Amino acid sequence: METPTDELKVTGNDTAAVLSPADRRIEKLRRAGRFFSKYGIYFALVLLVAVLAVISPPFFTAANLIDILRQISVIGILAVGQTVVIITAGIDLSVGSILALSAVMAASFAHPGQYPLIVPLMVGLGAGLVCGALNGFLIAKSKLAPFIVTLGMMTAARGMALVYTSGRPVFNLSNAYDTIGTGYFAGIPLPVVIFVMVILGGIFLLHYTRFGRYVYAVGGNELAAKVSGISTEKILIYVYILQGVLAGVAGVVLSSRVMSASPALGEGYELDAIAAAVIGGTSLMGGVGTITGTVVGALIIGVMNNGLDMLNVSSYWQQIVKGAIIVLAVLLDKKSKGKA
Amino acid sequence: MTIPLSTSSTGQMEPYLRMEGISKSFGGVPVLDDVKLQVNRGEVHALTGENGAGKSTLMKILAGIHQKDEGRIYLNGNLVDIRSPREAIRLGISMIHQELNPVRDMTVCQNIFLGREPYSRLTRVVDSRKEKEQTRRLFGEMDISVEPDEKMGNLSVAEMQMVEIAKAVSYSSNIIIMDEPTSAITGKEVAKLFEMISGLKAKGIAVIYISHKMDEIFTICDTITVLRDGRYIDTRQAKEFDRDTLVSRMVGREIKDLFPKSNTERGPVTLEVEGLTQSGVFDNISFKAHKGEVLGLSGLMGAGRSEVVETIFGLRGSDGGTIRVNGKEAKIKSPADAIRHGVALITDDRKMKGLNLTASVRDNISLVNLKAFSRFGQVIRLKKENQTADEEIKKFRIKARDRYQPVGTLSGGTQQKVVLSKWLLNNPEIIILDEPTRGIDVGAKAEIYGIISRLAETGKTIVMVSSELPEILGLCDRVIVLYHGRISGEFERKDFDQERIIKAAMGNPDGATIHFMN
Ligand SMILES: Nc1ncnc2c1ncn2[C@@H]1O[C@H](COP(=O)(O)OP(=O)(O)OP(=O)(O)O)[C@@H](O)[C@H]1O
Ligand SMILES: [Mg+2]
Repeated sequence: METPTDELKVTGNDTAAVLSPADRRIEKLRRAGRFFSKYGIYFALVLLVAVLAVISPPFFTAANLIDILRQISVIGILAVGQTVVIITAGIDLSVGSILALSAVMAASFAHPGQYPLIVPLMVGLGAGLVCGALNGFLIAKSKLAPFIVTLGMMTAARGMALVYTSGRPVFNLSNAYDTIGTGYFAGIPLPVVIFVMVILGGIFLLHYTRFGRYVYAVGGNELAAKVSGISTEKILIYVYILQGVLAGVAGVVLSSRVMSASPALGEGYELDAIAAAVIGGTSLMGGVGTITGTVVGALIIGVMNNGLDMLNVSSYWQQIVKGAIIVLAVLLDKKSKGKA
Repeated sequence: MTIPLSTSSTGQMEPYLRMEGISKSFGGVPVLDDVKLQVNRGEVHALTGENGAGKSTLMKILAGIHQKDEGRIYLNGNLVDIRSPREAIRLGISMIHQELNPVRDMTVCQNIFLGREPYSRLTRVVDSRKEKEQTRRLFGEMDISVEPDEKMGNLSVAEMQMVEIAKAVSYSSNIIIMDEPTSAITGKEVAKLFEMISGLKAKGIAVIYISHKMDEIFTICDTITVLRDGRYIDTRQAKEFDRDTLVSRMVGREIKDLFPKSNTERGPVTLEVEGLTQSGVFDNISFKAHKGEVLGLSGLMGAGRSEVVETIFGLRGSDGGTIRVNGKEAKIKSPADAIRHGVALITDDRKMKGLNLTASVRDNISLVNLKAFSRFGQVIRLKKENQTADEEIKKFRIKARDRYQPVGTLSGGTQQKVVLSKWLLNNPEIIILDEPTRGIDVGAKAEIYGIISRLAETGKTIVMVSSELPEILGLCDRVIVLYHGRISGEFERKDFDQERIIKAAMGNPDGATIHFMN
């Protein structure tokens, strides 16, 4: 007698139990295939590192690897926020400009002997928060497309940074402020430490909290989320606020690392952040994406830049390679999921 | 009859369509295993089986949407390789999909001519006048009262379904696959569809008909093929089957007592609607629903039933009227308000309003109720959530690989079970169900009827919108009939009379009755 629960088992995990040895081998291969398509992006990273390690020995040294992490930390912080935004089926083009505005505002409060360190930090994050909140309100309440709203913010925030500084970089920052970007904690550069904290925070938020689940729900089917009693507007506003604050963090980290804040900081970073998320498997259609994927995406970009530098490939060529990799990654992703 | 192109070894005439040894698996999980199907010209062939049996998958292989792993397909005796929907259409195969998938931002006629737009010879641009004309003619033939210029997204599910039917028929195919074409339409439209099918049959067109409605199958089908668990079970002439044997072949067990109705005490009024109005949609709707009662909302498509319940649930605004829950006025402005008042709405359109198709079974099941699974209101207790998801999967016999399978890859009926589970998990006091058994197989239907009855017994208030009269008659304590946005009749269970309910649904208590399917 076949009971429904038996049927469930047959189609469940122990498929192998009802297969012949030959079938089982095929099944093993299939499983490997599935594993690869799911973690393909990780293999790509490992492969990339392996190849570079072989053809350029100085690449695979602890110092260089840590250097790569430091290089990607700013983009990476932005990319974590971008991932959350893209999962809601949105996009944020203004992060590079918000980064600049936060940086110049924070820096202007960070001259030696002026204020305690907390003041410039709060100013930087506060500027990001306000810009993010404005994005969020316009997108959630007036139902404007995120692309349009953040495109406007991208131009406006850059303009504000220029107005605020009269177009001149802010120099002469306190040692305490500079330490954020140049200091170490247990041998690890502080920007990397901050990046790792942002990653952990992002993973926790997306995968272990109610808020995170609602982010996926809004991106997957906004109407169904609303029917389920979720205040979709509130979620959207919080998401863009989060992204704004992270842009503020990135602004502080970047300006303290280069020990000055130019209103031109972070130009084009929004595209790198989006690229990291997309290479990492976040779907621009919404509802799909992970922080770990994005981190791998950022690492691929970072490793590639660094490796090509070491091989003395010109930065012009690097751009071409990077562009190709982005399209290739999305293509592979589509292929592996398109079958399902 | 012309000379048959080929004959099979048994000396029988080669059927028009022959599918053989078809196997298919998704991500290593077998869904079809050595399935066969033979369909003749001018035959209406029913494809039956439980939710998840593989009916849609088999048909999607025929329509070029999925690729088979193994097997052969012969058309008219010729081996064919169908690699895309375009190719299927070229071979004369068109399909009405179970999960309606129109381009919502395009107009109705743009949808109908999608991918084969008529071009003006002079200017080489799309000839939208011709599009409109032909659409109007097509709709005229089929008695569809939808404007060709209307945006697809503005249509009701039922209207969309009629448009999809019209679209499939307009391809002048040799094989038309209809995957649950009547899941959203009622009486008159169903009768119209059957008339059309007879016409197609007379023209020698083969129709493959998938439905969970037994009456329909026995009314129009000549031959029946049964699938179970992705395997071929049986093919016979429809007259060799009776209802019970067909069901037991499908399910592999017997179904007794489809409507387990027990008499429950009618408690106090829990939901009271007074003078609810939305101009142009429904007008002055008033009714009371009691604790322990199953109240039915009957009527034809477009009568405004879904709109009324969506307004109660805060999904639409109203132009007047009050809603009282447990005697107190409830200001319901959003679904969140309704949920706070203990109201649940299981919507009729699971794809649009019910589910997040990209998310897993678990994530969908727990969504409404997530707070209960969270520490400090925010941090999800994954262990408890997983455990509950597994329990629900067992309880509702949700046919999924595991709790992580994306809901979009489940069979249609299985998706409906996920919607039910998601709402009932929240333990609401007032449960509004809008077409709760749409697309659900007989076995699961019996289970869901059982669940509804049990909920009423435990003191819940049930309001059920249904177009299936047997369901209303079998399950409800009382029924309210809507016609053109107004209440046109109310009947107590002891006065239930099919004729009178149908007449009220037609809005003319003394007029002639028409054929009411199911
Ligand atoms: N794209 C997919 N990926 C993974 N599994 C799938 C996919 N499509 C279908 N399935 C699985 O295949 C099985 C058969 O599904 P199918 O839709 O063919 O069933 P059905 O007989 O049409 O059921 P229903 O009556 O509910 O519509 C189900 O278990 C379903 O989960
Ligand atoms: Mg189906």
